[in-house]
Amino acid sequence: MMLAGWWGSWGRRPGVLILGTLVALAAAQPALAPEDPFGITGNALEHPSIQYPFGTDDLGRDVFAGVVHGASTSLRVGATGALCAVLIGVLVGGVAGMRGGWIDQVLMRGTEFVQAMPRFFLVITVVSLFGASLWLIVLVIGLTAWPGTARVFRSLVLTTTERDFVLAARAAGCGDFGILARHVLPLALPVAAAHASYQAGGAILAEAGLSFLGLGDPSVMSWGTQLGFAHHMVREAWWMSVFPGVAVTLTVLGCNLVADSLAGRGAQA
Amino acid sequence: MRGGRRSVGRWAIDRVLLALLVVAGVTVLTFVLIHIAPGDPVYLLAGDGGSPAYYAEMRGRYGLDRPLPEQLGRYLAAIARFDLGYSFLFQAPVGRVLLEHAPASLLLGVSALLLGTLCGLSAGMASAVTHSRRIDALVRGTASALYAAPVFWTGQVLVLGLAVWAGIFPSGGMTTARESVTGFAWGVDVLWHLVLPTVTLAFPLAAVVARVTRASMMDVMLEPFVLASSARGVGWLRLVLRHALPNALVPVMTLIGQYAGQIAAGAALVEALFGWPGLGYLVLHASLHRDYPLVTAAFIGISASVVFFNALTDFVCAWLDPRIRLA
Repeated sequence: MMLAGWWGSWGRRPGVLILGTLVALAAAQPALAPEDPFGITGNALEHPSIQYPFGTDDLGRDVFAGVVHGASTSLRVGATGALCAVLIGVLVGGVAGMRGGWIDQVLMRGTEFVQAMPRFFLVITVVSLFGASLWLIVLVIGLTAWPGTARVFRSLVLTTTERDFVLAARAAGCGDFGILARHVLPLALPVAAAHASYQAGGAILAEAGLSFLGLGDPSVMSWGTQLGFAHHMVREAWWMSVFPGVAVTLTVLGCNLVADSLAGRGAQA
Repeated sequence: MRGGRRSVGRWAIDRVLLALLVVAGVTVLTFVLIHIAPGDPVYLLAGDGGSPAYYAEMRGRYGLDRPLPEQLGRYLAAIARFDLGYSFLFQAPVGRVLLEHAPASLLLGVSALLLGTLCGLSAGMASAVTHSRRIDALVRGTASALYAAPVFWTGQVLVLGLAVWAGIFPSGGMTTARESVTGFAWGVDVLWHLVLPTVTLAFPLAAVVARVTRASMMDVMLEPFVLASSARGVGWLRLVLRHALPNALVPVMTLIGQYAGQIAAGAALVEALFGWPGLGYLVLHASLHRDYPLVTAAFIGISASVVFFNALTDFVCAWLDPRIRLA
């Protein structure tokens, strides 16, 4: 398998390490931070210590517990957003590339249209009209993130279907769907995986930005929410800002590194 | 170049049509969103806390008692006349409120665009042409980190380091609250406040520009014409700047164009962080106070600007590289 080779490559290591830590942190949440991350556990503005490794915030909430809960939020946001974006992107790009003609024209115009929409403002508009729920936010992020993936997939399909083995398959009587499923998708797998990883990082950043502005889901702890709290306390409590910020940056970096190494594989394939 | 002029004309018409389509589409989308959102649309369009007479008047004005298609027609017609509605938060027409906040956004956006492009281009070129592993690793590492870091956090870190601890720059706002500062002193004051937001907003742009410039430059430097020029005895600096760079610029320009259109969105976070009184801050404020006419109008306006910048980018790229045809 193509992905088996990727596993042995060097460039993936830091990225996989970071994302693995994230998953472990989210999985260990019941053990590490079982209590409500919004609950007050100690004095306000405690410096980082053994008891509170990341300190406490201005209301006495444990910053470490918030970061742990934020990990599972980010994981959900990244996975769902990426899944939405890549599924739609692969479908739109695949159909446009395979069918060509007016279907291609219409789909690509639609792609251009979605690409021209300011995503972040659309999410702000939707959230202010419908109220903030995590799933709604992730859905809007995912439903608007696919154009880049669709474009790449379309051109991938176009170049692949011109290759000799596809021509041979066609001559042997293989239909459009068969060619897409049997010949194009296996070649495109690393590219799709790279896009998924990249889109996950984008979704996590977008959700964090929204939560930072106070427009996120108020019942869910997110790194963005923590950074929003920290914003007013920068002078008093550096730890409120530094730990969640490092968490977001590392996570998105991990997603991008994994995406880069996968895209490198795709280019070789 | 027979027929070149006609194709440019066609291209321009195409772009204008796409722009109109996007603006119309976004308008229809906001209309649909307002109507499927929970609650009576009159509260969304006219705000809470009015008198029954006021709501009756607004219902008539927006035609909320008419069938939906007619309402949509009225809404589109109003947008086409640049009648964007009335902001109940500011007690002023939305168009005027947006225009009042545009200069601050423009100042921040243009400075960040310039700074980000300049830093990204130099770093990317240095990385690609110096053959130094150290410089290359430094540029790639910094670019990856800055690209991943959210602006609302890098901004906090800058405030923490340069405003709170070092005390060099102000931590927010556009001017220092002092009486009677005008003219030159006022300008210096604004520039002083501009530094941190600009640097924050420029970071991710510099990161992507550096990445793309590096990759593009490396490709171009391997092309036969560069080797040929080198063999003809063209000096190294001239080779890089006059021969390779213009050819490497096309993907970079495309990227900057995409970014320019979207910068208003990225700026919303930076403006909120630094209390910079621009459009992004305005939209955020409006959305927190449920001032929907302002939110939806800004949404439509920003979509239009994205299309405009994309078209501008296509044009500049075709001008830079005659092999690219406008399509």
